[in-house]
Amino acid sequence: MSNNIAVEVLNIAHSYGDRKALAGVSFQVKRGEIFGLLGPNGGGKTTLFRILSTSFPPTSGQATIFGSDVRSQAEAVRRRIGVVFQNPSLDKKLTVAENLRHRGRLYGLRGSLLEDRMKEMMERLAVADRAGDIVETLSGGLQRRVELAGGLLHRPELLILDEPSVGLDPGARRDLWLYLKHLREREGVTILLTTHLIDEADRCDRVLILNQGAVVALDTPDTLKEQIGGDVIVISSRTPDELCAAIRERFAVDAAVFNGKVRVERESGHAFVSQLVDAFSGMIDSVTLAKPTLEDVFIARTGHRFWEDGQ
Amino acid sequence: MSAFLLATGTLWQREMVRFLRQRSRVVGAFGSPLLFWLLIGSGVGSSFRGAAAGEMNYMEYFFPGTVVMILLFTSIFSTISIIEDRKEGFLQAVLVAPVPRSAFVLGKVLGGTSLAVAQGVLFMLLAPLVGIPLSAIPAALGMMGLVAFGLTALGYTIAWSMDSTQGFHAIMNLFLIPMWLLSGSVFPASGASQWLKWVMMVNPLTYGLAAVRWSIYGAGSPATLNLPSFAVSLAVSVVFGAILFAAAILMTRQR
Repeated sequence: MSNNIAVEVLNIAHSYGDRKALAGVSFQVKRGEIFGLLGPNGGGKTTLFRILSTSFPPTSGQATIFGSDVRSQAEAVRRRIGVVFQNPSLDKKLTVAENLRHRGRLYGLRGSLLEDRMKEMMERLAVADRAGDIVETLSGGLQRRVELAGGLLHRPELLILDEPSVGLDPGARRDLWLYLKHLREREGVTILLTTHLIDEADRCDRVLILNQGAVVALDTPDTLKEQIGGDVIVISSRTPDELCAAIRERFAVDAAVFNGKVRVERESGHAFVSQLVDAFSGMIDSVTLAKPTLEDVFIARTGHRFWEDGQ
Repeated sequence: MSAFLLATGTLWQREMVRFLRQRSRVVGAFGSPLLFWLLIGSGVGSSFRGAAAGEMNYMEYFFPGTVVMILLFTSIFSTISIIEDRKEGFLQAVLVAPVPRSAFVLGKVLGGTSLAVAQGVLFMLLAPLVGIPLSAIPAALGMMGLVAFGLTALGYTIAWSMDSTQGFHAIMNLFLIPMWLLSGSVFPASGASQWLKWVMMVNPLTYGLAAVRWSIYGAGSPATLNLPSFAVSLAVSVVFGAILFAAAILMTRQR
């Protein structure tokens, strides 16, 4: 196979007892890519994260990372990946430096090499001044940074992160993304992350949208949004079903009701808005016109809203 | 191999540091057996003087039993941290690191063993009070280590499949404390009723405690009369430790 490929997933399925979490997922991640797995909670992305991080093997199908199989060659995979868990995998009773030291040794680092790497990573992630602090005294954002430092100690070629922004304030989230981009650009690290945040998925080079264990869409964020065509118009009304039917009849467009609001996708939406308001002014409370987002892609492909799903 | 030892060593070191940082655990694992020994030892000792344990003073008879209780408490409680590791997330990073599962198990079990032996030695400093010389400490080190290893591995296999520490405490009360009570720690098998004798005979800890007694007193002492032979005690303890250690590794490999 081409060694341009960092991750190759072929028809992976996974079940927890009777519950099917993944139903035949396939995709490839190229080297140097920032690749996002977007989906609602329960959509299967954390299961996929666990399989790719070698926490457990898939029920069926195959996944290879840099050519090594996650099931039969787990140790080779583990050497080349850095894993950043959503719930930091730190020992909260130990200091930042102690945690990093243990983590480094688990990856075969020792002595002055280990101490140098620890110092370097703590400086890069701006936690060097907290080296002697017990982890449980740190904020969630700082703990996440220490976790990231731990995942990078052995200089992995692929970094796998589970919901890296959860629990971070906007400033910390921006810093994290600056650092991820830096890693990709300066060191060619491939990055694969899961997220349920639309704006985070937007920053990835390519996004795979997962719903109920299946691939809904896979492309660059821009291409996915262009496929929606034009603009998204959302209309609030006291009688949404009635309005929706009326719009369908009058304009012969594909209107639908989501969450009590009428939603229409349309080229040159601004012109359509004025026609709409002229035609149904009595039934309309408010109208919003926007460029499509990845959430609109999700709605268009699955027929339901992002946030309602998955429970 | 050196990567294996590096991983085992670092996990062992983590157990030491964690234990020493939690003062309540240090006191709990040492304080309650000490209290047991003082209260039960002096209470039973003055009520039933010389009744069952031959010419030996009861405080002395109960002393090795208390050492084993300290080994039991410390090693078992050290494995509760597996449940915490799973909850707090430390375990997930270990399981995706490029080290064999057996390195993790060995680091954990040796950690618990070391802590248990250290606490046991600390208690044995009181040995001269009951007429046992301090030279018994180095003599008993090996057997204390062997018994503690088996008990830590036992704790590991229990803790591995548990998701709450409450469940662990239930097992401690229903299974582990009786196991200790019926090991010859509080009363000898010779004076017990027939069914208790049988239970004590199949209890592996009976042989662990006997091995500790043998190592403290050596051959030819009246204190080792009516005990299983040293060879049998040693063999049962080695087999017990080996089986549970293997079981701990197998369980860890499966998930």
